[in-house]
Amino acid sequence: MAQVTLEQVRKVYPNGNEAVQTCSFEIPDGEFVVLVGPSGCGKSTLLRMVAGREEISDGSLYIGDNIVNDVDPADRNIAMVFQNYALYPHMTVERNMGYGLRNRGIPKAEIAEKVREAASMLNLTEFLERRPSQLSGGQRQRVAMGRAIVRQPELFLFDEPLSNLDAKLRNQMRIEIKALQRRLGTTAVYVTHDQVEAMTMADRIIVLNQGRIEQIGTPSDVYNHPASTFVASFIGAPPMNLLPASVGADQALTLADGTVLSGRAPEGAPASVLVGVRPEDVVLGSGDIPFTIDIIEELGALRLLHGRLGGAAFSVSIGKDEQAETGEVKIGLKQGAVHVFDPTSERRI
Amino acid sequence: MTQTSPRRRIRWATVSDHTILILGAILMLAPPLLAFISASHDAVTIHREGIQVGFGDQLGANFQKAMFEKGGFTQTVDGTLMLMNSLILGVGFAVGKIIISMMAAYAIVYFRLRFATLAFWMIFTTLLLPLEVRILPSYEAIQRLGLTNTYTGLIVPLIASATGTFFFRQFFMSVPEELVEAARIDGAGPVKFFIDILVPLSRTMIAAIFIIMFVFGWNQYLWPTLITTDESFFTLVRGIKQIVLSYTDAQIPEHGQALALAIIAMLPPVLIVIFFQNWFVKGLTESDK
Repeated sequence: MAQVTLEQVRKVYPNGNEAVQTCSFEIPDGEFVVLVGPSGCGKSTLLRMVAGREEISDGSLYIGDNIVNDVDPADRNIAMVFQNYALYPHMTVERNMGYGLRNRGIPKAEIAEKVREAASMLNLTEFLERRPSQLSGGQRQRVAMGRAIVRQPELFLFDEPLSNLDAKLRNQMRIEIKALQRRLGTTAVYVTHDQVEAMTMADRIIVLNQGRIEQIGTPSDVYNHPASTFVASFIGAPPMNLLPASVGADQALTLADGTVLSGRAPEGAPASVLVGVRPEDVVLGSGDIPFTIDIIEELGALRLLHGRLGGAAFSVSIGKDEQAETGEVKIGLKQGAVHVFDPTSERRI
Repeated sequence: MTQTSPRRRIRWATVSDHTILILGAILMLAPPLLAFISASHDAVTIHREGIQVGFGDQLGANFQKAMFEKGGFTQTVDGTLMLMNSLILGVGFAVGKIIISMMAAYAIVYFRLRFATLAFWMIFTTLLLPLEVRILPSYEAIQRLGLTNTYTGLIVPLIASATGTFFFRQFFMSVPEELVEAARIDGAGPVKFFIDILVPLSRTMIAAIFIIMFVFGWNQYLWPTLITTDESFFTLVRGIKQIVLSYTDAQIPEHGQALALAIIAMLPPVLIVIFFQNWFVKGLTESDK
């Protein structure tokens, strides 16, 4: 077990491309941290630096109390699970899982013991003699997990491990991975581009965009208090509605077409701001804001209403019991529904 | 009518396909078959009447003599010894080429060498310099090293292989990077990774290259002719000519035996290709990563 500390870590490629801007954060022992962001945001680069697959340009990386910048991946006491599983195709499940131990000169009996233990934990006991090609995607991913846990590492690294699985299996594995990490209490860093995975699995989420950390926080923090318009629109599906508005004398928020919103801008807000409203923070039929519904999407558990509000695109999410029809309706906003962002810095005000 | 005419057209296409295939097969099979039939006649018949189309009664005798009768200038070399030499050359050649080219490709693909690409292209351009082009300097070098009439001299100068290096390089480059990383995290160093992961992964590739190189080595003629003067190092391919030229002084050349030896010389490559066909196709087309 170990905490991971990044101090002023930065990655610049020889061609001058800054993949990860200077960042510092700490992952306490046993925490499950998810790095999330769109492709090319630097999340994988960050993970690869922790794994030792990528050189760190500046700053120091600690695993436990030791600086590991120049430590070989094999000696960092980490285990990694890859998107394409990266199992050794010519080895049986048993040998796949035991390979790392074998290379460390652990006696055969002990390896067999540990592999059996991990296999039973992952329901793989009956597949120990099979090759990866004879397993389904989910089973392969479990073998990859098994390979990670037999070594009892200080740190798990997951590189989009569920992206190759179908939706149903993904939901199931999500829970399994989380439960396993809980049970073992091993610190974990998990990279994904899927905000649902991030929200459901993380103790803390780190949202990255263009090599920069946008926000670090618990899932509810990140969802309820997005630090920037990027986080607001990246986390949550459908994303938060963002509308340009102007701030009046009494901090009232007025949309471009003159509609006045119920929330107030905080002190010190500039004259024009971006207002964010989560689709589910809207009450249908109980307010005085005109909303034109163009399209209704039926999702079973809820309904999405897409339309226009104050001249801009706007989406509303309602429960399955509420009714809606296309055309104009009046809506109101729930308490605290309005998030205000600076339009130039795109940060929360 | 409308239903039968397309069916008939398909049938014609099948017939013409098969005709072409059968003609091709006959064209390919006729020479070895004629050689086999002619090998059943004695030297005089063949010398007088040429290639035969009906079986004679000397088949067993010719094969027996070709394989076991001591012949050549020194009367010490028989077919069995030549077969042995050919096998040593073919296998040594193929194994040597695979080892050298695999290691070269490994270095080029997996190590951050400064001039890896340049090195690869330099290796690749040696395709333009086959043995025949550099045969005099090669001979000179081997001769000065005192390696004439040795298996080393026969095999080593031929084992550097641009083709093999190229194939292995392409294969290694298609091995997913994550596998390399996983092995690294699992504590496999360069040598372990090569032996534990890369070699087993490449086994179909190795088989395919082994077949190509074995046949290539087996059929070597020019280099063995140059480098071996001692008859105990003669290969089958050379031996055939030896029988026809100078088996015994002024007699009629032993055509029957030569043909028998030719058939024997053809067998191992054919057998290898037949038995390893599947591997061969797999190695060059698919990969089980």
